[in-house]
Amino acid sequence: MFVDALILFQIAGIGIIVALIHTILKQMGKEEIAQFATLIGFILVLLIVVNGLSDLFQQIRSVFLF
Amino acid sequence: MDILQITVLGVLASILYILLKEVHASIAFLIILITGIVIFFSIIQQIQLIFETIQRLGDQANVQGLYLTTILKIIGISYIAEIGAHLTKDAGLHSVSKYIELAGKIFILLLAVPIITAVIEAIIGFIPNI
Repeated sequence: MFVDALILFQIAGIGIIVALIHTILKQMGKEEIAQFATLIGFILVLLIVVNGLSDLFQQIRSVFLF
Repeated sequence: MDILQITVLGVLASILYILLKEVHASIAFLIILITGIVIFFSIIQQIQLIFETIQRLGDQANVQGLYLTTILKIIGISYIAEIGAHLTKDAGLHSVSKYIELAGKIFILLLAVPIITAVIEAIIGFIPNI
């Protein structure tokens, strides 16, 4: 349970930091790099979430006898 | 004790969601997703215990294995469809969530066909031939 709550904080932290980087790069006038940073942050979070989702579906399949 | 943890987790997730909603909507949505996954993970072990009990009781009462398996599968389909429907509803896609619910209903009906057939055959067996 504790590890699971850690994932939540991880995602929120990544989101806040990516938003920060985006804002700073935008202020510096580097629009394209800012977009790239946002995209990479999103992909990182998506990787974590998809891993969790696949674990959940495996568990459901084993419990509900599919 | 688990219910306290789950409630705290939900409150925490909503605070983080509100925090992230303005700066980064897509990651905020993924927070909702991971919260649902975590909470479901913590209850699925209890569900497994309940199901093992149900299966043991069914074996003792000599219920046919096919019927019990069908019922468990139906419950699983309803849980999965519920998760998907709520997630899509949170993302603002009400019509897609309705479609997921419809698909869940159709699959449940499809799984229940052998049971319905057995019931109808039993009823027809009761009717005497004219």
